[in-house]
Amino acid sequence: MISFIRKLKAAGVLGINARNARYVLEHNPRRLYPLVDDKILCKARLKAHGIAVPDQLGIVRGQYQAGALARRLRTLDEFAIKPATGTGGDGVLVTLGRRGKDWITPGGGLLSMADIQYHVSGILAGMYSLGGQLDAALIEELVHTDPALHPIAPEGVPDIRVIVFRGVPVMAMMRLPTRRSGGKANLHQGAIGAGVDMATGMTLSAVMQHDIVDQHPDTGASVTGFTVPRWPHLIGLSARCFDAVPLGYLGVDMVLDERYGPLVLELNARPGLAIQIANRAGLAHRLALVDQLDNPEGLSVEARTAFALEAGLPVN
Amino acid sequence: MTRAIHWLSVSLLLIAAGLALVAYKHLSLGYPLKPGQIEESWTAEARLVILPETGPVKVELLLPAVTPRLGLLRENFISRGYGLTTEENRWDRSAQWAVRRASQRQLLYYSGVFYTDRGREPFAPTPAYPEIPRLPEPFDTAMQAIVDDVRRQSADIATFAAEMVARINSASPGEEMALFLNSPEYRNNPVRIARTLLAGARIPTEQVNGFTLTQTERRARPERLLAVHNGRQWLFFDPATGRQGLPDNFLIWWRGERPAVSVEGAELVDLSWSIRRNELGAIDLADERATRHGAWPAVFSLLDLPVQAQTVYAVLLLVPVGGFIMVLMRNLIGLRSFGTFMPVLIALAFRETGLIGGLLLFGVVVGTGLSLRFYLERLRLLLVPRLTAVLIIVVGLMVALSLLSHQLGWDVGLSVGLFPMVIMAMVIERMSIVWEERGPHEALIEAAGTALIASLAYFIMTRELVGHLVFVFPELLLTVLGLTLLMGRYSGYRLSELIRFRRLAREL
Repeated sequence: MISFIRKLKAAGVLGINARNARYVLEHNPRRLYPLVDDKILCKARLKAHGIAVPDQLGIVRGQYQAGALARRLRTLDEFAIKPATGTGGDGVLVTLGRRGKDWITPGGGLLSMADIQYHVSGILAGMYSLGGQLDAALIEELVHTDPALHPIAPEGVPDIRVIVFRGVPVMAMMRLPTRRSGGKANLHQGAIGAGVDMATGMTLSAVMQHDIVDQHPDTGASVTGFTVPRWPHLIGLSARCFDAVPLGYLGVDMVLDERYGPLVLELNARPGLAIQIANRAGLAHRLALVDQLDNPEGLSVEARTAFALEAGLPVN
Repeated sequence: MTRAIHWLSVSLLLIAAGLALVAYKHLSLGYPLKPGQIEESWTAEARLVILPETGPVKVELLLPAVTPRLGLLRENFISRGYGLTTEENRWDRSAQWAVRRASQRQLLYYSGVFYTDRGREPFAPTPAYPEIPRLPEPFDTAMQAIVDDVRRQSADIATFAAEMVARINSASPGEEMALFLNSPEYRNNPVRIARTLLAGARIPTEQVNGFTLTQTERRARPERLLAVHNGRQWLFFDPATGRQGLPDNFLIWWRGERPAVSVEGAELVDLSWSIRRNELGAIDLADERATRHGAWPAVFSLLDLPVQAQTVYAVLLLVPVGGFIMVLMRNLIGLRSFGTFMPVLIALAFRETGLIGGLLLFGVVVGTGLSLRFYLERLRLLLVPRLTAVLIIVVGLMVALSLLSHQLGWDVGLSVGLFPMVIMAMVIERMSIVWEERGPHEALIEAAGTALIASLAYFIMTRELVGHLVFVFPELLLTVLGLTLLMGRYSGYRLSELIRFRRLAREL
């Protein structure tokens, strides 16, 4: 038991307590939280800093806008509706197209206008928000995943999570939806987490639930040894997010869109620790490397990106 | 770094402050650390029967004033129709009963409750050196001879007095001593002999009258002790045995040769003393004692609150304990639960229902509520009306369960009403959302975590010792706060993470 704890510690594996006490509480000022907790504010902020995000098709702030919502939706075939302050992908509703008056879900089901309005009213009443306070619903353009990713992610929208510490990207993972995860890139629900080498963008190792996997369970295709396209661009983009929202310990979620290239989906002020399992590496040593830099926050985006790509962040 | 030091010192200071206050209250005021402790106390009573003559009556009774190692808890005077005044100074107390006219036999009572204390105050002021008494011959010569003789055989005042008492009690007293022992004035009064002879050596003495409080005695006789001042302190001698030292639990009622009661305008028909041993809750005793000493814990004691408020605080003070258990379970073990403090509130409800019954009732209500909540889901209600509907269903279920269990003669069911229904409604709502969003697996994990934490909190909060400690020593809140702050920057792994990272560790 003790040797086990020592081993984890030696590998620099962070626990939730350590993440919160040493990094989140130290580096993330509370006043910036609304910027990441509210997706609408976050989007506006990122956009203002010239960072590409999925297009915003509409916002519903109150039950009284039900009529406006219906009119807006009638013109749309595919979209995603998200709670502005949801966490962990809770309450996200996605449609892929129309069948008559109804919309088709990624799972192949049908949604009527009433179904969608009910979902939106749940969002508005604060069903997915922290503490249940009133919320807003955000309608976004649907992301079309770059076909280059199809070999490792045949279904759903895979995303790339990068931990950015004091402006410097330090660890990355790809989250690959599976049938089990219902097309969502959510590790809790059974998506695959694949660690990515910071220098090359190549997937290293992967976990699903708590098991180590090499192949995609749905297709049998290998999920390791795959090089993520436009890797330097993605890392640069994640570093730039720090300039928009200067949280010292930041999780950046990005997607690769077929039409627009890398887009930032959302930011997270308390990114999870599963990324360590996916990478089979602890975060602490990499964070310590950044801490050794002289004022990393003051470096340019290019310098920070270069550090992330070239500093030879330890690959376990 | 400075922040860490700041945090550590504040935490440790709070913990130490709480423990120090507990230690002070326990060690110097005797607040018990364990529940249900009984301490002894004694009721000493003087009962006076007087037969008034014509005209006004005045009765004076000397009262216990200061006794080393005994404290006065409370006292009572019973004297119908008499005016009562008490006089007291630092060393002496007395009660005066007066009435202008009385006809029949009258009863007057005084009773005081005494407890063992730690005080070591002298019972009387430091006396002046007495004059050498002038005795008629042949007593004067005898006294001189005895004093000279005893002085040769002693080293200091203590040994002098001891030797003197020994000679008085000797089976074969010398010729001079026999003179005193056989004279009518001194016969059967060894204290008077000792005092006279010690005064011959200019040693200050005092006669002490009182009772040894050991057991219940319906008719106790006052005992006399000889007190000798050696220039620094009073030494006590038993005049009959020569034993030195104040006997344990000796209550000094009055001092001097005079009687304890003096009566004017009436005849004292009977004077009787009685001693009764009582048992008193150690907490009450400590509290009374603290009040007597004017110590602050008595002023801030929860025992002074009305009983209704006391019971409220007895429960309220357990909440921090439950909260701390919650901190340990979540940050050290890594259990997940619905809401942060829900398990603590559920544990409070368990106090009334018992653990098994509580879990069962809670399971039934939440389970049924959950299935009805899924039905409501189909009706597409807005959130607040839906929550309210769940609340109404919960209340309905509680009523139904109570009625049903009453019919079956199963009284655990009746206590379902003690569950905070809003908490149950929220558990149902939270659980159904987690169920839908993250699957039944996650919902059941959180439900199990909630039940586990609630059970553990219940188990610890219902320990009699825990309830006793937080109620008698509310300053333990500081300690709990300190420990919580200490946990607040615990950055080690949680037990659940060790399981989570098990595979990872193997790969490293």
